[in-house]
Amino acid sequence: MSPETKPDYLISPEGLRVDGRRPDELRPVELKVGVLKQADGSASIRQGKTYIIAGVYGPRELHPRHLALNDKAYLRVVYRMATFSVPDRKKPAPSRREKEISMVIANALSPALFLEEFPRAVIDVFIQVIQADGGTRCASINAASLALADAGIPMRSLVPAVAVGKADGVIIVDLGDEEDKYGQGDVPIAILPPTDEITLLQQDGFFTRDELLEAIQMGIGSCKYLHELQKDALKRAYVRKTPDGEPVEEEDEFEDDLETDLGEADMPEEDE
Amino acid sequence: MAIYFQKREVVVPGQLLAEGRYRPSYGTYDENGKIYSTLVGLAELRGNTVKVVALEGAYIPKEGDLVVGIITTVAGNNWKVDIGGPYGASLHANNALRRPYSDDISEYMDIGDVISAEVLAFDRQIGPFLSMKGRGLRVLEKGMLLDVSPAKIPRIIGRRGSMINMITDHLRIQTVVGQNGRIWIKAPDIASLRLTIKAIKTIETQAHTSNLTERINTMLAAEVAQLRPAAPSKKAGKKTEKQAEDEVAEVEQSADVGDETIEAVENDRDLESDMEDYLDEESETTASDDAEDESDDTVENEDVKK
Repeated sequence: MSPETKPDYLISPEGLRVDGRRPDELRPVELKVGVLKQADGSASIRQGKTYIIAGVYGPRELHPRHLALNDKAYLRVVYRMATFSVPDRKKPAPSRREKEISMVIANALSPALFLEEFPRAVIDVFIQVIQADGGTRCASINAASLALADAGIPMRSLVPAVAVGKADGVIIVDLGDEEDKYGQGDVPIAILPPTDEITLLQQDGFFTRDELLEAIQMGIGSCKYLHELQKDALKRAYVRKTPDGEPVEEEDEFEDDLETDLGEADMPEEDE
Repeated sequence: MAIYFQKREVVVPGQLLAEGRYRPSYGTYDENGKIYSTLVGLAELRGNTVKVVALEGAYIPKEGDLVVGIITTVAGNNWKVDIGGPYGASLHANNALRRPYSDDISEYMDIGDVISAEVLAFDRQIGPFLSMKGRGLRVLEKGMLLDVSPAKIPRIIGRRGSMINMITDHLRIQTVVGQNGRIWIKAPDIASLRLTIKAIKTIETQAHTSNLTERINTMLAAEVAQLRPAAPSKKAGKKTEKQAEDEVAEVEQSADVGDETIEAVENDRDLESDMEDYLDEESETTASDDAEDESDDTVENEDVKK
């Protein structure tokens, strides 16, 4: 099977993890927005060795028609793993696991979206795992929510997500592949940051009540940190689109031609 | 009572914009008296109304919008029209033709025809209905279609049509700019067509930067000078003539404080007459019309590939 073998310990005597992290430390995360040219919105995430690309299309006309919902848009999430994303070649046919994760991601994202603004339409989210190293469903949610924002789809908030788990009895955050495989449990969490509402909470393995509560608290803390990274990545993508890095300070220059024409056609002047 | 953003700051979904006695508007939502952004865009405060100007997004029809559509189906006395975005539009023959009309309405417009039309009604439950009864609403023949992001259209039109009029003035082309992100361009030669595309693409990529009208103006002036180095006297003569016309048009514009798009069409019409003059003067252009059309098509294909 896999060339990997179980490490001797997941938590070293010094209290560090297999890759040298502290229990509450995330892997280095790199988020990029606007990585695909053809998609309406796109983003990529690198989290440790995990590498995922998400593309968003829509809102657009829904085919087949019978799936259409009369009061809101249909959020269609497709999570797929590349055949080369894991040590053993993954069969290219959609697996039961992929279908389940697609649904879980759709459920995690939909509370953040104003789907009722586009009845009968569809918003397509395609997630491709290029390289898997644990935490792909959470990384997918991070990337997909950025891609949705990039596509200009109205949403309550970005959705950060992180996996919390347990290894050698210690609660750890952002599981790597080995910790996922040989650890004692795994709790993926996604939240809506302004209100701390939880939109994704799964669990496998055994946790005591106290452990679970601690895990959720750690997860929310890490999600807040990820949320800052997401906001940063999104702003960076749009500020960079300004030519020759022109600073946005020249306030007076805006007056002449930017003042009213932007978006004026979108919205009639409202009386106070 | 507080505002948490700079003027024209790039904001992200979920960002807190204001608290207290402010009104949420387009691109924002209100939760427990706090106003948050729903979009990536530029935050703005107008009076006590907070709004976010989108930088991306699909086309959502609005009553009164001028759109450029492509006919996809002829069904009885309806045409189905693709206007981009999530919703397909329909156009009833009564809203397009003068009665009596033939039973087979494909005689007038058929699949693949490109039209400019107005959105009559749309409320998200019943799909958009179009009308072609209005000034300048017609089948758009020849020319090419350019697709841009619908969020950038207000910028391409500019304040009261300033941007698009400037481009058409420079290049002596005809355009119809639809709110749905489609722009129809008919140019007398390929060079000016290419230049138009370049100008519009530049606007699209730099839509939220300052002083854009000026920069595009300088760019076009330079390029046009390169394009038409000869006959400067003739051009100067034309210029004054056109200016006079523009003044007339401006008076008309100030009379109606209507939609910018309609104004763009008005100017378009001015240009049409202008164009005829232009063609009269250089009758060879008309003679080689067919060859021109073919090359027009190739440019269109190129663009599709992009």
